[in-house]
Amino acid sequence: MTHAVSLLLQVADPQLPPSSEMFILFGLIKAGVAFGIYMLCVAYTTLLERRVAGWIQDRIGPNRVGPQGLLQPIADGVKNFMKEEALPGGANKALFVLAPALAFIPAMITWAVIPFASPLPIPGVGLVSMAVADLPVGFLFVLAISSLGVYGITIAGWSSNNKYALLGGLRASAQMISYEIAMGMSTVCVLLLAGNVNLNEIVAQQQGQTWNVVMLTLAFFIFAVAALAETNRVPFDLPESESELVAGYHAEYSSMRYSMFPLAEYANIITSSGLMVTLFFGGWDIPFTHWDNTAPWTAMKTLVTLGAYFAKVFFFVFSFIWIRWTVPRFRYDQLMSLGWKILLPMALVYITAVASLVLALDAAGLGRTSYGFRGAFLGMNVVFVVLVFWVLDRGRIVSPAFSRTERERLARMRLGATRSDLLTGKGA
Amino acid sequence: MPIQTRVVDRPTTETSYVRATFQGLALTFKHLVDPHKVTVQYPEEKWDIGPRWRGTHRMLTTEDGKAKCVACGLCPTVCPANCIKLVPGVDEQGNRYPAVFDIDEFRCIFCGYCQEVCPEEAIHLGRHYENAEYDRKDFVYDLKRLTSQTHPVCELWDPADPKGE
Repeated sequence: MTHAVSLLLQVADPQLPPSSEMFILFGLIKAGVAFGIYMLCVAYTTLLERRVAGWIQDRIGPNRVGPQGLLQPIADGVKNFMKEEALPGGANKALFVLAPALAFIPAMITWAVIPFASPLPIPGVGLVSMAVADLPVGFLFVLAISSLGVYGITIAGWSSNNKYALLGGLRASAQMISYEIAMGMSTVCVLLLAGNVNLNEIVAQQQGQTWNVVMLTLAFFIFAVAALAETNRVPFDLPESESELVAGYHAEYSSMRYSMFPLAEYANIITSSGLMVTLFFGGWDIPFTHWDNTAPWTAMKTLVTLGAYFAKVFFFVFSFIWIRWTVPRFRYDQLMSLGWKILLPMALVYITAVASLVLALDAAGLGRTSYGFRGAFLGMNVVFVVLVFWVLDRGRIVSPAFSRTERERLARMRLGATRSDLLTGKGA
Repeated sequence: MPIQTRVVDRPTTETSYVRATFQGLALTFKHLVDPHKVTVQYPEEKWDIGPRWRGTHRMLTTEDGKAKCVACGLCPTVCPANCIKLVPGVDEQGNRYPAVFDIDEFRCIFCGYCQEVCPEEAIHLGRHYENAEYDRKDFVYDLKRLTSQTHPVCELWDPADPKGE
């Protein structure tokens, strides 16, 4: 006890890392606070989704529970807890109960390594890093954990003993495998520029250089598409696809067990948005100023950068919702060919180009933060964006079904069509 | 492959997905910030209903608070749904009055014939639509209830002014 008190009273330089005891204590505090705020954000993202959906569709959305419907998430939670939990006969009970937790937990764990503000100096303690766990392997940890989320969905689909649920689970796993690769590949470019996998270092690199979205627009584009697919959001919500698979993998779930799946989806959205911000939009960096990312650190800087980070994450969460209420779902073959035939080759070509350019610029002796280095990347960017958006995006990125039919079969179909009186108008 | 399948060549060089998606996003954003306001927040706001709206009935009264009805029996006769129950009575002055006047609003088809046929302009359909009750019995409106209603009454269609101008 006296030991702990003396530790607390011990005068430590607030600009230096804390002692190991303090590190553990503040790690626990950070985990608790971050968990609380994160859950609150997840709950309110459900409300945001419903309100934004309403506005986009010229409706109003839920506005009855509390002022402007702000208590709706609480009402939903109470409702879900009060409802009956149905357990289908023939379901694998253990896995059926376990699956919602398996879907939910990885989304939360990923959040642990994302830095969300500049480090906070606490007098007498030291400089506390504003990530729950500032792991040196940061980004590898994210890749490892984020692909675990699909186990929950696949197991939910399988353990329900329901054809539609199983199909949904299968689709989820196929989709996850296809897009996890493109996602990993797109981030290789970021790692090439940062030279580090620690997320704080990646943020520092963007503060020194420019946000990666300017340097590596195509990588951001691939990452964003893959993130949509990984979170099972429209236009990639094939595991759920209510119009073909009833409700997909969670068809048999009810009450709070069901509610865990949408919550996991929203948790994933927030985590993916956080990752996009960290990897491509400078993390907690405030653009056009170095005031926020240079020592000495103050509590004020922490607050302001936290606000900047929240604003950026909010924008992406909103974009996820916005996209959902704009585009229709892909056909299954479009989903697969987009992942394997478009995004993966695109990412590979881009990695090669970025790696070559970095090598060439380093050999030419241009510093990483010099205007020459940034200008070269910007130039390459323009070329790639024009190539993708104005050359490739002509019925090739997402193409109609017949474009993948063999020529011979297509010819036979055409022949049949011309013979059919019904279609040539002679039969009418 | 069934023979009726029509194979249409799409102009792939003119189509796009990514750019079209951005156009779509712009469109939905336009609706987000400037929606067509069509929803009426019902219990607080209500739409005006037309002057010829035919809702649940009202019996108009004279100055001394008695029903104007003289129990002539025209309305139960004209009623196509047979929902009006009328038992006439005679008071001390020898005037006819409705001893019983019940309208079963469940049977009523709200045609408005009773209002049209009434020589005393006593029975009227009302401009009113909030009729929920907890019991089916309560949908048989008796004379007391019909006279105590206060909502505005339906205007009859005037052949000389068909559009109600």
